[in-house]
Amino acid sequence: MSPRLSRRLMLGAGGAAAVRPVAAEDDVIPEWSRTLGEGVDQHPYGKPSIHEKAVIRRDVGWLTASPQSSVNFTPLHALDGIITPNGLCFERHHGGMADIDPARHRLMIHGMVERPVVLTMAELKRLPRVNRIYFLECAANSGMEWRGAQLNGVQFTHGMIHNVMYTGVTLRTLLDAAGVKPGAAWMLAEGADAAGMDRSIPLGKALDDCMVAFAQNGEALRPEQGYPLRLVVPGWQGNMWVKWLRRLKIGDAPWHTREETSKYTDLLADGRARRFTWVMDAKSVITAPSPQAPVVGHGPLVISGIAWSGRGTISRVDVSLDGGRNWREARLDGPVLPLSMTRFYVDTEWHGQEMLLQSRAHDSTGYVQPTKAELRKIRGLNSIYHNNGIQTWLIRPNGESENVEVG
Amino acid sequence: MWRWASLVLLLLFAPLAQAAPLGLGRAPTAAELEAWDIDVRPDGKGLPKGRGTAREGEALYQERCASCHGEFGEGINRWPELAGGEGSLTGDRPLRTIGSYWPYVSTVFDFLRHAMPFGNAQSLVPDEIYAVTAYLLGLNDVLKDEDFELNERTLPSIRLPNEAGFFDDDREVAEAAFWNRPVCMVACTAEVRITGRAAVLDVTPDTKSAPRIE
Ligand code: HEC
Repeated sequence: MSPRLSRRLMLGAGGAAAVRPVAAEDDVIPEWSRTLGEGVDQHPYGKPSIHEKAVIRRDVGWLTASPQSSVNFTPLHALDGIITPNGLCFERHHGGMADIDPARHRLMIHGMVERPVVLTMAELKRLPRVNRIYFLECAANSGMEWRGAQLNGVQFTHGMIHNVMYTGVTLRTLLDAAGVKPGAAWMLAEGADAAGMDRSIPLGKALDDCMVAFAQNGEALRPEQGYPLRLVVPGWQGNMWVKWLRRLKIGDAPWHTREETSKYTDLLADGRARRFTWVMDAKSVITAPSPQAPVVGHGPLVISGIAWSGRGTISRVDVSLDGGRNWREARLDGPVLPLSMTRFYVDTEWHGQEMLLQSRAHDSTGYVQPTKAELRKIRGLNSIYHNNGIQTWLIRPNGESENVEVG
Repeated sequence: MWRWASLVLLLLFAPLAQAAPLGLGRAPTAAELEAWDIDVRPDGKGLPKGRGTAREGEALYQERCASCHGEFGEGINRWPELAGGEGSLTGDRPLRTIGSYWPYVSTVFDFLRHAMPFGNAQSLVPDEIYAVTAYLLGLNDVLKDEDFELNERTLPSIRLPNEAGFFDDDREVAEAAFWNRPVCMVACTAEVRITGRAAVLDVTPDTKSAPRIE
């Protein structure tokens, strides 16, 4: 309790104040305690408090030539728990956000199947459905940091990720019904937007855990996330999760589309490139404190962060306050699910000392998140994609923070 | 007599049961397949009948593509480059284009058929796509003969210089050291130095040399 607050409380208790408190000089009984608030139905679809208006997706203007072929970033510094609110899930479009009438949308399943089929959205919603929580990370997340610390905020360095609960129908249900022919090994997924995004996916993955989703976090998909239907490819790079999904074609060889040749191939230092690098490696980052979320005062401090792995479940996260010299195990809190974000905390004290905050994720396959230096040694500087190196935030004595690298 | 009746019933219901195991949906129409089944593979599977030459593609390219991609495929402002970059893949600023990086010509066809020109996608007819693809191959010095006819038979036979430059994901082998390694918890490094700062490097948002995400 602050001294000012306790003095006022004491005055009140002594019966000294016979007059009603005046709002302007007294926040003991603020205006919202004395006047009626808005009635129901002022906001048929609710929004966050006006005081949270800075918590929005943001873009980096210079990255791309046009807003229709661009990206914005999830404000990770201001979020907690593991579920990303629908309106804050980062956007990545290649031909703008399609605005689709669900009554006119169709999903076609054809190619090497016994029974090619076209389904309406209403028909899809009559099939057995499942609910699953998965992270979706763009393979280019942290891609601007390959050459060094560049963007000053976790929203920009790590914000091409979100984690929501999907509702939909498994591809196993759909493809079993269509009857995959012998010799089939690949599936092409294609969007109905003006980019007509198409990606090749191994049939094994499709039948293992992929699904077509029509809902996120309990409500219909947001238009920017592919309304009315998107592909869910758990643990694998976001580009494959084709939005505005209109077609699944079964075949016997990959298509080598532009998004799996020109893009989403990882150029190594020797000039050769890895292709089909679908899985997202284990990764973690401290979301607060961070450059957009400075430390606010001496005393108790919660260090909060997220970890995820495309290969399995987060088994442990270590946190360092001194740039990787000494580590302690963080506390995982909330659901710890495979292929989902996991929240971790370190509850500590801060008294103005300089800190170099780092986190290091471990997953259920035994993978340990590498340092940026370790990654660069193998992959060089030109790979753009799959930067899962350990992030460092410098915390200054005044509580402010900066994106730095240490050696 | 009852046997005949049950055989008739069987014949009536057997195809139905096979056509709709979901109990839902219908077969694609010919019109839907023609409009949607537009993917193309490196072996030429999916290529529509058609033809075009670089000479024929030039006007189309200059009219409908050059405003963004530049007269020579050099890219205006931050719009993508479509040519150049040979020998740059090991350098500081690799330029990944059809000529310097892409493995297959079919990818050009598939992409143009789905997504270009930006803002008027899926508007080009097959002859136009063959012609403008041939023109792009010319800009990239892959096709030297302006009158070479690109069609569904010749396209798969043209190889791009960097086809052998790709290999399948080998992280589990090349990066095996990241698995199951001893993890240090105390006094792991001698001294920690700050080697880079975003505040110093903070990029100027208007330069073309800034890294791109795609
Ligand atoms: C209004 C600007 C614009 C016009 C006009 C345009 N493009 Fe594009 N082009 C783009 C953009 C933007 C992208 C990247 C799209 C994305 O985000 O996927 C692109 C990508 C491409 C690519 C892939 C580049 C790569 O390296 O992956 C090719 C090839 C291409 N365009 C060819 C064409 C052709 C051929 C035409 C004319 C028929 C054309 N474009 C017209 C803007 C344009």
